[in-house]
Amino acid sequence: MAIKLRELTQTPELIAGGHRACAGCLGVNAVRQVLHAVDRPVVTTSATGCLEVTTTIYPYTAWQTPFIHSAFENVAATASGIERALKVLGDEGAIPRKVKTIAFAGDGGTYDIGLQALSGALERGHDFLYVCYNNEAYMNTGIQRSGATPYGASTTTSPAGRRSLGKTQRPKNMTDIVVAHSVPYVAQASPHSWRDLATKVKKAMDKEGPAFINILAPCHRGWRYPMEEGINISKMAVDTCVWPLFEVDEGEWNLSYRPRRKPDVADWLKRQRRFDHLFKNGGGPVLDTIQDTVDEDWAKLLERCGEPPKTD
Amino acid sequence: MRPDTGRVAMTGNEPGALAMKQVRPDVVAGYPITPQTELMQQFAQYVADGESETELILVESEHSAMSAVIGASATGVRAMTATSANGLALMWEMLYIAAGYRLPISTMLVSRSLGGPINIHCDHSDAMGMRDTGWIMLFAETAQEAYDNGIMATRIAEHDQVRLPVMTVQDGFITSHTTQVLSILTDEQVSEFVGIYRPKKSLSNFDQPMTYGAIVLPDFYMDVKRQQAEAMDNSPRFVEQVADEYAELTGRRHEALESYRLDDAQVALVVLGSAAGTAKDAIDIMRERAIAVGLLKVRMFRPFPRVEVAEALSRTRAICVLDRSLAMGAPMGPLAADVAASLVTGRRAPPLYNAVYGLGGRDITIADFEGVIEEAAEVAQTGAPKATVRYVGLRGNEE
Repeated sequence: MAIKLRELTQTPELIAGGHRACAGCLGVNAVRQVLHAVDRPVVTTSATGCLEVTTTIYPYTAWQTPFIHSAFENVAATASGIERALKVLGDEGAIPRKVKTIAFAGDGGTYDIGLQALSGALERGHDFLYVCYNNEAYMNTGIQRSGATPYGASTTTSPAGRRSLGKTQRPKNMTDIVVAHSVPYVAQASPHSWRDLATKVKKAMDKEGPAFINILAPCHRGWRYPMEEGINISKMAVDTCVWPLFEVDEGEWNLSYRPRRKPDVADWLKRQRRFDHLFKNGGGPVLDTIQDTVDEDWAKLLERCGEPPKTD
Repeated sequence: MRPDTGRVAMTGNEPGALAMKQVRPDVVAGYPITPQTELMQQFAQYVADGESETELILVESEHSAMSAVIGASATGVRAMTATSANGLALMWEMLYIAAGYRLPISTMLVSRSLGGPINIHCDHSDAMGMRDTGWIMLFAETAQEAYDNGIMATRIAEHDQVRLPVMTVQDGFITSHTTQVLSILTDEQVSEFVGIYRPKKSLSNFDQPMTYGAIVLPDFYMDVKRQQAEAMDNSPRFVEQVADEYAELTGRRHEALESYRLDDAQVALVVLGSAAGTAKDAIDIMRERAIAVGLLKVRMFRPFPRVEVAEALSRTRAICVLDRSLAMGAPMGPLAADVAASLVTGRRAPPLYNAVYGLGGRDITIADFEGVIEEAAEVAQTGAPKATVRYVGLRGNEE
């Protein structure tokens, strides 16, 4: 049965207001949406990053759940210890058995520095949910390029210049990397699609073993769009198929959303000033390359999900 | 009354694993590294055979090992790990965090050099790299001490007036891989001695959700760290309390410092770890040659018992501090620097110099110690060491 907005509004607010995230931050918004979808006690942990520094400025904390942050590259390892400790306490009846561990990290803490710890925890099969809030660069330290930064994006360490287009490599396909671990549940979600996101969290929570949700989290400071535009930007990322919504449930690929009309990627790019330089002199072959890559990836995804290939 | 304790022959890693089993940790994280590997293998066997109920997490790196035990400990259970050398170095970031969060984690270090060039044998460069991280550090001379420290560490760490992580150190190969006879306790005795650890405040308290690891900015950070330093400074009396109770149970009393023929000594040696045994033999020989030499063995290296060290050494005429590691570019090795600093703040500071020995597993023999003692006896006469730092057992002459 479809989740109703009314139900979600009646669940407790586990990230309290008053945290210091930027107005219009979709990272903390994504985390808030995840926590509205949980239906049981959870222990939460986060990697170093925007989420951690904005929600835990001592002596305050926005977390209404038990929460620990320890370092940048290790959230999945920390979660492994928490999960085993909760099992011990659950087995002896000190706490309910259904308590779940949720780990949060940005793309830096997931795609790059935290990849080893994540891979280890997935391979060991800990019963936990890992949520990546993917804002496509190191935003906490000031918009440096990461393994998730898209081709052609200008960041402070891959700046566009007279001899550079910005980042010259494609982002790694992190969601696929997790799928390769054969874990029970893997999904991509987006904050504009709250029902899809909440449904995926609920599915993930019901799995025994590792679950991974990669949530696109547009950042107006880094992507350079007006701060009230975040939800539109995330919707366009999904409609253009730059960030498709899908899940891999027990190995079965399911497409979550198929846009009726697939706008050009350029329509999405030109709303973000991190791609401004690509449009100088009327755009050109770079835009074609980006469009081709998105189209190829989308076609591959449709095939994996058993969907008919033609879109329009 | 002292219950009967079993006498067994074991390598140092085996009583390490046995102590780990007997303190009944809820969660252990393990990752192989020479020379610690055998300890975790033995522990894994206990788990496989159902002799231990511990949740064993076989992580993909030592960084994750320490991270996992931090997660488990903060969730309110007893958590441990063990490592050596580069493994400890990889944990380094997390060592500070474990201590800063006041988590009662105990860890066993089987000491090994920290290359390059790579070398798998004993020295204390790994342990010295962590000396300022905020862990209590206990060094063992023998397999017996490694076992005893391994049991006491749990009680010390979890003492509600301490709440600091504890590292127990034994010498790689020299202690970890040689067979020694030692006394062990029964599982029940240890279990009763360490008790059960279930703190009220933890991540598993859902009535009072707490945040561990908040970001603390300049308005509070310094005060938080000062409190942590105070906990460290206050810990010796609780370490002693645990040692008293352990002595009651076993008849073995482990002091922060052990003095050997030091009362009337004009020449003092200071060492950490297994070399103390060899030094004691050499001291007996040199005493017969009428050299008034004694030994100060530092068992508790952190917090450093500076007042007691100064007191134990202030009446001597020459002090040779032996370091099994280098502090590149520093005035002296780490142990020597701490002893020197302790003497400066004490009543009297006799001439002191540093002898570096045993790097990367180089043997230090009784004959080596005789040479060290002869040279130190000369310094007691002249009052002037030949150099601030000497090397023992180099190939060819040092000069």
